[in-house]
Amino acid sequence: MSKFFEDVRIGEQTFLGHHTFESVEITNFAKRFDPQVFHTDAEAAKDSFYGEQIASGWHTSSVCMRLWVNCMQTEGANAPPAPGERQPRLGPSPGIRELRWLLPVRAGDTVAFSIRVIDKTQLRSRPQWGLVSHRFAGKNQTERDVISFIGQTFFERRGGGRN
Amino acid sequence: MSLGPEPVFTDNTLMSDSDAEAIDDRLFWEDFPVGETIAFGRYEMTRAEITGFAAEFDPQPFHLEDEAAADSLLGGLAASGWHTCGALTRMICDEYLCRSAGLGSPGVDEIKWLKPVRPGDVLTARRTCLETRPSASRPEMGLCKFHIEAINQSGAVAMTWVMTQLFFRRDHGSGEPGDTTR
Repeated sequence: MSKFFEDVRIGEQTFLGHHTFESVEITNFAKRFDPQVFHTDAEAAKDSFYGEQIASGWHTSSVCMRLWVNCMQTEGANAPPAPGERQPRLGPSPGIRELRWLLPVRAGDTVAFSIRVIDKTQLRSRPQWGLVSHRFAGKNQTERDVISFIGQTFFERRGGGRN
Repeated sequence: MSLGPEPVFTDNTLMSDSDAEAIDDRLFWEDFPVGETIAFGRYEMTRAEITGFAAEFDPQPFHLEDEAAADSLLGGLAASGWHTCGALTRMICDEYLCRSAGLGSPGVDEIKWLKPVRPGDVLTARRTCLETRPSASRPEMGLCKFHIEAINQSGAVAMTWVMTQLFFRRDHGSGEPGDTTR
């Protein structure tokens, strides 16, 4: 990510952006990855339990991810490294906890995504990296929560963890 | 006690017309017993699909570029974990979810990305039912908690989930054939 592990502050919140889930993109994502009829077919979805087309929860999650990466990359571009220091490398994630699809995301809904740092942990097994936990959240245009999860990400330690 | 209309035997049928109408071969909540493990599916993660998904949803360099990926913790180009989730969901849908009286999922308790998924990896899936219970708020529905794995061609587990799936119950008076209405 754009920050070193040492610069991550617990409690810090970041607004990631909005996304409007249009029917065509809901259909396209679902046809590839989640071809249940209430995701892929706006007409047939009217006769489903949900009464209308809704986005796959994996689609909502993936859009959240894109907005986060875009945000971090923009932040990194706007904050050049200190002299003698390189930009921190991005780290992958070992996993997710408590992924909750709280309300259906309906075709035409606009979701606002944000994150909050909830924890950071040094790693004896990986001294060059630390693990940061973020609470990801999305609210629709009526301010109701539609998605929540805790994501863990490896953040690079400044100086290779020798500090 | 009335046993209903007498069956009408025609040609090689052994069922009444009303029996035939009542056949519903969808999977219901009762069809997922605790402890059952099944293996299923096949999904090839091509380089083009890996970089294509990453460009759209997870544009971190280690999902897009070999050089940057080699310098990362992943040690080489690898699929986005969210892409692997999509691939596993596709296998689940193709194997059983799209022929079930399913109502979606409230969520996933835990996703673990254990091993990088490389270009050319072929994933298969394995599902174990951990527990089931009727819905407290909607008695015509039941929940199943599954442990689901995505396994690569070497037999290594690349990803695990603990997730809950909601289904109509067969034996609760709802779920008329084709009925997925509220």
